[in-house]
Amino acid sequence: MQATATRTGLRSQRKRPVQRLVRVALFLCAGLSVMVTGGIIYALAADTISFFKDVEPASFFLSADWAPQSGDFGVLELVFGTAIISLGAMLVAGPLGVATAIYLSEYANPRVRKVIKPILEVLAGVPTVVFGYFALNFVTPSLLRAVYPGCGIFNWASAAIVVGLFILPTVASLSEDAMRSVPTSLRHGAYGLGASKLRVSARVVAPAALSGIVAAIILGMSRAVGETMAVAIAAGATPQIAVNPCESIQTMTAYIVQVAGGEASTGSIQYGSIFALGSTLFLITLALNYVSIRFVKRFREAY
Amino acid sequence: MNVMTQRPNVLAPDLEDLVNEHETSVFEVRDLTASYGATPAIENVSLDIFDKKITAVIGPSGCGKSTFIRCFNRMNDLVAGAHVGGKIFYRGEDLYAEDVDAVEVRRRIGMVFQQPNPFPKSIYDNVAFGLRVNRMTDHLDDRVEKALQDAALWDEVKRKIKDPASALSGGQQQRLCIARALATNPDVLLMDEPCSALDPIATTKIEDLMHELKADYTIVIVTHNMQQAARVSDLTAFFSVEGSAETDRSPRGVLVEYDTTEQIFTAPNDRRTEDYITGRFG
Ligand SMILES: Nc1ncnc2c1ncn2[C@@H]1O[C@H](COP(=O)(O)OP(=O)(O)OP(=O)(O)O)[C@@H](O)[C@H]1O
Ligand SMILES: [Mg+2]
Repeated sequence: MQATATRTGLRSQRKRPVQRLVRVALFLCAGLSVMVTGGIIYALAADTISFFKDVEPASFFLSADWAPQSGDFGVLELVFGTAIISLGAMLVAGPLGVATAIYLSEYANPRVRKVIKPILEVLAGVPTVVFGYFALNFVTPSLLRAVYPGCGIFNWASAAIVVGLFILPTVASLSEDAMRSVPTSLRHGAYGLGASKLRVSARVVAPAALSGIVAAIILGMSRAVGETMAVAIAAGATPQIAVNPCESIQTMTAYIVQVAGGEASTGSIQYGSIFALGSTLFLITLALNYVSIRFVKRFREAY
Repeated sequence: MNVMTQRPNVLAPDLEDLVNEHETSVFEVRDLTASYGATPAIENVSLDIFDKKITAVIGPSGCGKSTFIRCFNRMNDLVAGAHVGGKIFYRGEDLYAEDVDAVEVRRRIGMVFQQPNPFPKSIYDNVAFGLRVNRMTDHLDDRVEKALQDAALWDEVKRKIKDPASALSGGQQQRLCIARALATNPDVLLMDEPCSALDPIATTKIEDLMHELKADYTIVIVTHNMQQAARVSDLTAFFSVEGSAETDRSPRGVLVEYDTTEQIFTAPNDRRTEDYITGRFG
């Protein structure tokens, strides 16, 4: 082997140093993000563990009574707030975003798309406080109260709606990218069978782009989970499991900001609780990603 | 038939015979012109496509063969900037009339493309797609099986009908696309170089298949392969490119000669046809 290789000159005598350098540099770049993730987990874990020395994990995770002043850390009330906002936002942004994407990718002519896409991107750039005030000044008084006059000024419905609007551009834009990258030949195959545009979009393009669409929705959802300001402004700060959409709630991030804003002293249980909340959020996001990967694997139509 | 007199340049004795035998025309193409933006692709094409015959379209690359057969199922509607002029009558009806729905046209006139393009779904769902589109969902399983049998694919896939189509070989995928097109019992089958991505064995299978399909379908096939045209078709239309930079007209595809395949391959009337089929084409 060795002899043959040398005779034909196919094998270089030494490993190419530049190749090696590139490889190491790229590895370090990849390693950096792993290290940052590790660092974040470490920082979270340390304070979370010391928090759980003071508070029973069971009374944290399994109880729904969040009243830190009186020593009650039942996280479910805050988890409910976060979940209901994310799901509500998803209900707004999912269908609207995918419909927008289908329109932009399959229906709109290039000129219309050139106008609408930048507008969507501007929407994505609006500061979230503005969305909060939009909820307070428009969504609640003009929309919700038109349907249900007794609606509280701080309520989770308006918060979910504006967070949905806030993540809409993300969902629409990424879904559109996914759909546009579906090969034209698939569309032609379907049109050639006499399929209408709607059927081609819904039965061929969207399923083929499903993994991208789900990724877009999950990304939108994790932005909704993390969204703080708009929710704090629109939904108030009442930790409770409120089935009524017109009532106020508090989300995990909203509480974290409230405490980090100076209410609690470093080392106190309240201070520790925000790390426990951070860890919980982290786990929720992880679970979300895991579920979405499983989902995509199961239903993807890979072209 | 008086339609023949409208295109004296493609009038051929053998075709006269065919027509006199009361062959029905499925398509009557009259002065068909197609362009992309301001660039013409084909110009003044007139011919008839006959019922239950295989018509081959041959010619050098870029002469507008694909453009031409895409006119028959209004596929060019989907290409931005494409414009079609002139007339095509499908069983006497103007295909490009204002009130004709292109979607309805494509339900009757099926198409198989150059590259196999199965949907990223199961084999079964690929074949069922057109059936669902056409609301032919009674006895769906039977119809799917029948189509796969017609496309000579059933035996190879019957045990993995729910597997993704992407797991099939290229030749199988192309036969799946043929099955997909056949499932809805179209009147006409358009095939744009259906074998160009296939090996000789798969090609033979598809050619055999076409012979069987001829009993029930009118087929128009574009092919680069002269032997294939000679083997499978009853009639052959030879297209070429005319006009160039020197003649200050932009090049466009024209129909040079249209006749029975036998005539085209043994005694073509036009010098350009002869040069092309004998391989002397520039
Ligand atoms: N979508 C399109 N947009 C613009 N021009 C096009 C388009 N499709 C084809 N053309 C042009 O029209 C002419 C005819 O193309 P067409 O694809 O019909 O040729 P063809 O005979 O099928 O060639 P081939 O044998 O290589 O497939 C070519 O000059 C081509 O560049
Ligand atoms: Mg072509």
